[in-house]
Amino acid sequence: MSTVSTEVVKTYSDYGRPLWRRILFTREMAIVVLLIVVLVVASIQLPRFATAITVTNLLLDVTPILLISLTMAPVMITGDIDLSVGSMVGLSSVVVGLLTHSGWSIPSAGLVAILVGAVGGMVNGLLVTRFGLPALAVTIGTLALYRGMAIGLLGTTAITGFDRTWTQLAKSKIGDTGIPSVMILFLILLAIFVVLLHFTSFGRGVYAIGLSKDAAAFSGIHVARTRVILFILSGAMSALAGVFYTLRFTTARGDNATGLELAVIAAVVLGGVSVFGGRGALHGVVAGVLLIGALSNALRLAGVTSDVINIITGVLLVLSVIAGSLMQWIQSRRVRPVTTTASA
Amino acid sequence: MNRGTLRTGLRAAASLAAVSLFLVAGCSSTGTTAGTSSSKAANLAITFLPKNLGNAYFDTSDKGGKKAIDELGGKYAEVGPAAAAPDAQVQYINTLTQQGVGGIVVSANDKAAICDALTAAMDAKIKVVTYDSDTNPECRNLFINQATADGIAKVEVDMIAKQIGDSGEIAILSASANATNQNAWIDLMKTQLASSHPNIKLVDTVYGNDDDQTSFDKTAGLLSAHPNLKGIISPTTVGITAAARYLSTSSAKGKVFLTGLGTPNQMRQYVKDGTVTEFALWNPADLGYLAAYASAALIKGDITGKTGDTFTAGTLGKFTVGANNTVLLGDPYKFNKDNIDQFNF
Repeated sequence: MSTVSTEVVKTYSDYGRPLWRRILFTREMAIVVLLIVVLVVASIQLPRFATAITVTNLLLDVTPILLISLTMAPVMITGDIDLSVGSMVGLSSVVVGLLTHSGWSIPSAGLVAILVGAVGGMVNGLLVTRFGLPALAVTIGTLALYRGMAIGLLGTTAITGFDRTWTQLAKSKIGDTGIPSVMILFLILLAIFVVLLHFTSFGRGVYAIGLSKDAAAFSGIHVARTRVILFILSGAMSALAGVFYTLRFTTARGDNATGLELAVIAAVVLGGVSVFGGRGALHGVVAGVLLIGALSNALRLAGVTSDVINIITGVLLVLSVIAGSLMQWIQSRRVRPVTTTASA
Repeated sequence: MNRGTLRTGLRAAASLAAVSLFLVAGCSSTGTTAGTSSSKAANLAITFLPKNLGNAYFDTSDKGGKKAIDELGGKYAEVGPAAAAPDAQVQYINTLTQQGVGGIVVSANDKAAICDALTAAMDAKIKVVTYDSDTNPECRNLFINQATADGIAKVEVDMIAKQIGDSGEIAILSASANATNQNAWIDLMKTQLASSHPNIKLVDTVYGNDDDQTSFDKTAGLLSAHPNLKGIISPTTVGITAAARYLSTSSAKGKVFLTGLGTPNQMRQYVKDGTVTEFALWNPADLGYLAAYASAALIKGDITGKTGDTFTAGTLGKFTVGANNTVLLGDPYKFNKDNIDQFNF
């Protein structure tokens, strides 16, 4: 605590931690480690867990959440939130259903649905940036709006009977691995978003906006444009998830994926993205999604009922947030005396 | 520098510690229940998967299933999502397939959405029985149907005929004008009235849209428009409850008879205060009981589920598989003041 007074010339890297420590000792890595622990413990405890079937079911179950988390993470890193994603999945599902029902092919119907998603996202983004409304309020509104449109378009009926080649593709696996083919699509999108978020000036802008919108604007970042782009991506990605959802369950319903937004946000927050913006990383987010998925899969396999599973994942989420805040508090307690002596 | 390392180390350690707590919690529950699925001989491990948990109707039906499975010496379990969503049911079906249960008895949240998961279960030699709400026929071995349109129409006409003495004016309080099942029942009721009850005259059919207040108002309207009205049939649980509430406080109580489809919990007070003599629905406990026996018969290989197969379902007696691999529970069940307290749904 008293070593600060010694006057030694230091370079910037001296102040930082070595790279391996910066990568290993993070909230994100804690979640990755926890995911591995869950997988190992479940494999030992549950004889039927470590199988290709589990891999298939687990990954198919979390695919919509994985996809949407790629865009939810940057949206939340800017300090915004998009609660309309689950409703957009439903709306996209209905659009795909209605179009294929009237003779469209799956790819063209899917493209229209993604376009609808992008427009829906743009509406969110423009309402937030042009009118300065809080994203929480705007997207609660569009959550109801898009869900209402979905159910209004299709009523309480369901459209089924899609082209089997596409529904089979949605569920197909890569060889005998049990890994669903849709993971290839996800990995490509993951790679794109990792580059976008962590290795481009656009991505640095996302973090800067989350830390301070004013500072970001003065640094030459197009704050409004960046936020709108992220909302558009969020809408389009939700619609893509909706196309997958429709094909996987071979049913287009207005109430598809009700409440999915909370599953996405829970996983993203668990993965280390701050709800106040400014921090988070995609490896943590992916680990967060997989952790909740693996934990519920293992608990279901162990015969734990759905209410108890909800309690466990809920407590996990709360504790992870508490752990993060607690660490920040401890840090602030430790740092403050140092800065005062340094300035004195 | 050291301080920085310590800080991050602490942060990571604390997060880890926090989460490992869960693991312990998770594992302890794992340990207690893991054994339930490992049965080998004539695998009578039958799991009920209702539309959702915490639903009094399914609590009742699944209790009937448990009773049957206990009689058979099998292993009963009930799993299900908290909300009635098809994707959550798929997750449970996949899990049950992995656990290698003998039979799944499911009430489908969507005809098509759970089909693939059920087909995969049948591929894994699991017998699939649907009850209450069916899937596409190729996705299950048997459907246990609670009631047919004919049966529902007949029981309602018979009850009102008995209550009003087989002559006089009656009216129908339905749900919405375009509700397919309601209209099918009403058409069948008209046919039966014409053929077997010539002295009963159906004077009006009104629609309460399955809304409590609208149904209440429509009941009031019926009574003022038809002063000689002797009976009302409401083949919807919302309608009959609203109509009973209106009648119970009006001067028509005891003069205008009300019957139809209702649930015991909603109708109990009106049966006890004399507003309603008798109404009908199926008995969910019997439905679950029959579904469990059907599942066991399939598992033991007594039946394959094809049309014409027969099996005995404990105290309910003998059943025959009908068209489309469907077993009919029987005539709707009549609830009156003598038996209503045996039911809680």
